[in-house]
Order: sequence, then structure tokens, then C-alpha cells
Amino acid sequence: MNKGKWRGFPKLNVSKAAGPLSSIGAIIVGLLVGLIILLFANSSKAFEGFGMILGGGLQSSKDLGNVLYYATPIIMTGMSVAFAFRTSLFNIGASGQFMMGAYGAVLVGVLGTGLGPFQWIVALLAAMVFGALWALLPGLLQAYRNVNIVISCIMTNYIGMYLVNWLVKGTVYNQMTNRSIAVAETANIPKMGLNEIFPGSSANGGIIIAIIIAIVIYILLNKTTFGYELRACGFNRYASRYAGINEKRAIVMSMLISGALAGIGGGLLYLAGSGKYIAVEDVLAVEGFTGISVALLGMSHPIGTLFAGLFIAYMTIGGSYMQLAGFVPEIIDIITAVIIYFAAFALILRSVLKRIRTRKGGD
Amino acid sequence: MDYIIEMLNIVKEFPGIRANDDVTLQVKKGEIHALLGENGAGKSTLMSVLFGMYKPESGSIRLRGEEVSISGPKMANSLGIGMVHQHFMLVHNFTVLQNIILGVETTQNGFLQYDEARKKVIALSEQYGLKVDPDALISDITVGMQQRVEILKMLYRDNDILIFDEPTAVLTPQEIEELIAIMKSLAAEGKSIIFISHKLEEIKRVADRCTVLRLGKCVGTVNISDVTVEEMSEMMVGRKVILEVEKQKREPGEPVLEINNLTVKSENSTKNKVHDLSLKVNEGEIVCIAGVDGNGQSELIYAITGITPADDGTIRLKGEDVTSRSIRYRNTHGMSHIPEDRHKYGLVLDYNLADNLVLMEYFEPRFQSKGFRKREEVEKYAESLIERFDIRSSEGVDTIARSMSGGNQQKAIAAREIGRNPDLLLAVQPTRGLDVGAIEYMHKQIVSARDNGKAVLVVSFELSEVMQLADRILVMYEGEIVANVKPADVTEKELGLYMAGSKRGEAV
Repeated sequence: MNKGKWRGFPKLNVSKAAGPLSSIGAIIVGLLVGLIILLFANSSKAFEGFGMILGGGLQSSKDLGNVLYYATPIIMTGMSVAFAFRTSLFNIGASGQFMMGAYGAVLVGVLGTGLGPFQWIVALLAAMVFGALWALLPGLLQAYRNVNIVISCIMTNYIGMYLVNWLVKGTVYNQMTNRSIAVAETANIPKMGLNEIFPGSSANGGIIIAIIIAIVIYILLNKTTFGYELRACGFNRYASRYAGINEKRAIVMSMLISGALAGIGGGLLYLAGSGKYIAVEDVLAVEGFTGISVALLGMSHPIGTLFAGLFIAYMTIGGSYMQLAGFVPEIIDIITAVIIYFAAFALILRSVLKRIRTRKGGD
Repeated sequence: MDYIIEMLNIVKEFPGIRANDDVTLQVKKGEIHALLGENGAGKSTLMSVLFGMYKPESGSIRLRGEEVSISGPKMANSLGIGMVHQHFMLVHNFTVLQNIILGVETTQNGFLQYDEARKKVIALSEQYGLKVDPDALISDITVGMQQRVEILKMLYRDNDILIFDEPTAVLTPQEIEELIAIMKSLAAEGKSIIFISHKLEEIKRVADRCTVLRLGKCVGTVNISDVTVEEMSEMMVGRKVILEVEKQKREPGEPVLEINNLTVKSENSTKNKVHDLSLKVNEGEIVCIAGVDGNGQSELIYAITGITPADDGTIRLKGEDVTSRSIRYRNTHGMSHIPEDRHKYGLVLDYNLADNLVLMEYFEPRFQSKGFRKREEVEKYAESLIERFDIRSSEGVDTIARSMSGGNQQKAIAAREIGRNPDLLLAVQPTRGLDVGAIEYMHKQIVSARDNGKAVLVVSFELSEVMQLADRILVMYEGEIVANVKPADVTEKELGLYMAGSKRGEAV
């Protein structure tokens, strides 16, 4: 019955029924598994290391500020993935869109010095447009040529990475350091007072922009006819077609917005004023993939994604402190992965239980 | 009296509802015992208790005179209880034989032993007149044959208490005949059958006794020979039900839908799904398309609504050529459609009732302004439809459609489509899966739409429905209309001949 509904990714039942409880339960289980791993690695220092994971992000206001700084781009990519999930599209291409957005931002940030105080806004808009256009391609292919979006997104990730390398070299290249030229001072996102609350950290207005965008996306999805159409297509594209909704357009629009979100993520990171440059390397941007974890943990809900992004950033900061106890920071990746597995598992378990329950109680 | 199975004073509660309230069901050996009740009367709950999927709050189950406590479906199976579900549990790319032995395979050194199983299956199918080809793939055989495979599965496991859950819902008239014969021969061989249904005619024909449930309570058990269909329906619904459709004569007016030489090609065959078909539906007229499922009815409706494009021919709505117009255009210009597959097309199951009830109209100015949805207006409208069409659900407008019963889902679709006040109403199998009360209601709605001057095109596989509802009957066979008759001028038998393609009348 649902054959046509599954585009690439086995859509989890992310309806409100799941609730945040399953995510919190998964987090607890994931942390415990992490503790076990630490015990295996070095039992004498395991609890010290574990304490650093839990408390590392709280040690100073600088750490807290850095949590916000790290969270900003992954909240955006998380929201990008979550938004596409809602239309039952698996946008695994957030990485490429993120880099395209970063390039758009850096391009305007370096060359658009004539824009004065509006430079950062234009740069951010450029990031949005670059990200959106890069997602448009797989969206169009899916909608009009039935090319599986997962495949085309993976391809656009690599194409995007190499394209950005090439474009950086051709436009804003610093040969000495093999990376992009620093953006102008006026292109940096204003601190919006966060540097005073969290002195010494890289916190900036980006997190505030991300929060505003999360709220806007929430309203777009839940309060507008456009969101109604997108979600209807995600739930049941046959019924959507029957209702006269243009489902091809919905796919394209969904990817455009999803790509725009990832692009803004790239913009917010590279305009953060924290000394970030686009390095000319053959490496995919990890933020795009972390976004998938964030979206899953946030149950594809814009606000849930916001908290999931903050949580994963917090864990990452804590994990970096763990090196003091002699642990490698990759352990945090393992813990995050375990949490995602359990979050997904809890969702599956829930929907299975629900199905059994309705089957039993049905009629 | 010897009962093979007795469920005594079963009480099963769910939060807020008593699904089974002191229900007693006693089945004799070798009888066909019907379990009758409307949707939501507690039939499925009772069967789930029997299969050990629910633990009842009180009451007991006695099997062959001894009290048993059934812990789950596996145990029920080992006690000889088997069930044919309404939706078959078959592996589509397995053969008939593989499906039958699935789960109880005989193996030798880890290898499957088909020969013995095949012998047993063939013997069983001969004994009970269940014609199947053991080596055919499930995906290649008809629904009726798939059902026979399900029955063979039960027999292969030596079950002697067989439960049929609404077995006729998916069958054509001919297949229903065959099934009835099979059930009778099973009973004659000493199998005991529980037949869950709300089709009174069938119960009357096949069952020996009948237990009626209403709102979770046991209304009573009767001998079928002692009661009339009317009495049974009254027991089930709790009031007198008019089984005949009441309708006044009405002269049809101007044509609303005109189809000329419509052709819909098939994707994987050179034979057209709809071939050079012309028809007309007028104001104040109910036209019913009769025919065996799969003769192009669905494709015709999809072409009319625009869900699939027409390959040739024209479709006119109120005189305007809409052949190449969008679905939305047709929807907003007087066309309304109760689709065949309510889960696939009719509803967004994960949306709540309110959102589903405005699925065709959410974009209208009264439900949105500048792209923002007017939640209150939507809910107000939904509530008015819920009241007008008596849609029952646990949480009103906030109920997720998936959690509603099939009958109420169907009501919701009908409410949405009829509530839009269309000029043309297309209804495909509008009463499928509905109980008597709801069927009566649905028929009333369709007739009143027609009385208000609407044009109605109904596709139905049930001849009795066609005969009662139609002002004019079109019979569809292999993508063409082979008869255009008035119900008064034709018998069900004749219609059957048209449907089977062995008779052809004058087309439109």
C-alpha cells in the first residue's frame, strides 16, 4: 500500500505520538553504553572521562558559548534533513549544500566589501541561495525523472565538494595557506551581545538566527497551507495527488527549502568570525552528516532538532575535554551513534507496538 | 449439548470502553456459526481473546468441554483453532505449496521435503473441493484462489475450528458462491466454523446459528432458520433498518458528465484498460457501473478525475472539456470523488480528522488567509460535518484518521465529498466494508444528492446494490460498456451474463 511513499529512506513514524520521551530514553542508554566503552578502554579513568562528557560543556561560560557556536551549523543541517524528512525525502546531500552555502557566504564576504553594514546579510542570503540551488538539482531529478534522491544527493555531495574547491581557487584563494581568503570584518555575523554573556567563546548571533529560523520553519510546516501540502505529500502522495496537490512541485519546493537551510548553516559557520576558512581539501563536510543524527534525535521536528543540535554540540565539547584523561575524542562519535541507534530503535519499537495494538483493538 | 468451543461471559475492557461486555459464544461441532455485528461491536476483540492476544478481565474459554487458558496465537493454533484473515497473510513471491507449509515445514538434514507436503495438500484440496495449483505463485492467482490457499493452510495444520473474518468482502459474486460451497463441505466433514460478517444475506444462506453483538454486548444467539434477515438486522443495529433503498422517480435533466470515445492504455499490455468508451450522466440521475472487478472501472474513474491522463477521447463536465485540466481544476469545478481505496487515495491517515475533512478545500479563502490556515474555521467546518454525517471517533476533530474504524473512515470521506456539494459525485464501492446501518445511511446520502439534482456515477461490484440504487445501469466488461439498461428491465441473472462477457447489449 505504501510502496510509493518510501523515497529512499525507511521513514520512521515521527508523528507526535513518539514524543520526546523516546529520545531522552535513548540518550540515557547511549550514555551508559558510552560508559561501558570507557570502562573497557581504561577502567581506572573511565568515570573521570565520563564526568568530563557530562560536565565538560558546563565548566565555564566560554564552554557554554562554544556549545552554542558548535551547535549552530549542525542545527541548520539537522533542520535541513528534518524538513526533507517531513516530505519523506532523505536529503543526504546536506553536506554538499552546506559547502555550497559556505562558498556563497565567503564569496560575498570577501568580494562584497562595498556593501558596508549589509554585507553579512547579503553574504548569508548568498549562502541560502547557493545551498537551495544545489539541492534543486536532485529535487528536480526526483520529481520529474524519478531519480532516487539518495543516489543523486550522494553524487552532488562529491560534485559540490570538488566544485567548491575549484571555485575557491578561482575566486577567493589564498595560495599561501591553500584555503579561502579571510572574509571582511563587516561580513561577520554580529555578536548580538553573546560575546559579553559568554566571554572568550566563539558564540555569535548565528545561534539566534538559527533559533528564529527553527520557529519560522515550525510555523511554515504547521500553520500554513504550504506546510499542509508538504506534509500531506510526505504522508501519502497518492491522497495528495487525489486532492489536487502538485506533488512534483512539493518535492522540488521541499528540497529547495531543505538546501537553503543547509546553505545557511554553511554561511553561519564560515561567517562566525572564529577564523574559519574553506580549506581546499578532498573532504566532505561532516556537518551535513551530523545533521542526519540531529534530525533523527530531534524526531524531525524543528524545535526538537534545535535541542538535539545543542545536545550533540554539548557532548562534543565534553568529549574534547576527555582527551585530558587520555581518551580519544572519537568516543563521543561512538556515543552519539549509539544514541541515534537507540533513538531510532525506540521509535521503531513504538510504532511496532502501536501497530500491534491497533491490530488487536481494531474494528 | 456438546459444544466444541465455548466463550463464557467474556468481559474485555479498554480505557474508556467495554469492548466485550459479558459476551457468550457457544459453537457446536460441525456447525457454521455466524458472528454478526456492526463495525466496532466487538467481534474482533472477541476473536483476539480467543487467540490469546488479549486477556479478558473475566470470563472463561472452554474447549471440547475443558477449560483452557490460551496464551497466544501459537497455542490457539496447536489447539486446532485457525483463522482466515480479511487481509490475507501470504508471501506473494512464494508458491501456493510454499505458503501452505510455511512455519510447519518438514525437513530432512536441513533440506525441505516437499513431496509429502504436496501429497497432503493435494489430498486436502480434493477432499474439500478446494481447487488450487500447488506450484503457482501467489502473485499470479486470483483473490478467490488466495483465499483457498488460506483455508488450506488451516486444514494443513489440522485445525478443526476455523474462523473466517469477513471472507466475502474481497470476492466477486461467483467466488462468493464457491466459498459458500466450500464452507458447507467443511462443516459437513465435521469442521466447526465461526463466520464473522455483517452481510445478512450470506449469513442467512450459509450459517446454522448466529450470535449477534451490539456495542460490545451479546444481543442473543438465534437459529438462522427461525429468523428473517430483517429481524437479524434489527438485532444488530438496534432499530428497524430499511434494507430497500427508498427513492422517488425523478426525470433526469441536462448532462453533467459526458465522456466520448475515452481510451486509457495499459502499461504492460496492448489491450486497452478503457477502450473507446462513451457514457453520459445527467442531473438528478444515479448511473451505476456494474462489472467484475478489474474490467477497467478503476481506470475509467482515474481518467475522469484526472489522476491518470486519458490517452484518447474527451471528458466534459457541465459542457466544458476538462480532458486536459488538472485534478485541482476538476475538484473545484463541481467534481467530487469517493475513491475505491480509502487508505491509498481517500485519506492522509496520519492527519487528524479535521485536516482530512478539508483535504479538498484547505486552500479555499474560508480556510486560509494569505497562506496561513484558519485552524478554527477548519475545526468548525469539520465539526459540522462530523455532526451531519455522524462520524464517530475517540477524540473528535483531533482524532488521527489511522485510529478510526474502517466504517467511520469511509463516512469521513463521504462527508467530505458530499459535503462539498458537488455537481457530479463519483463513488467507487461506496459501501464496501460498511455494516447495514452505515450502508443504509450511505445509500440515503447518495439518493438525496441525486434528488437535489446532482449527477451520480457509482461503481459497484455488488449486484444487489446496483439494482437498488441505479436509475440506469451500465455494465463494463474488458474496458467497454456492454450494456445500458434500466434496473426494471433487467434481472440480476442477466446482468451476471453481461458481466461475464457472454452477452452484449446496446451501448450508450
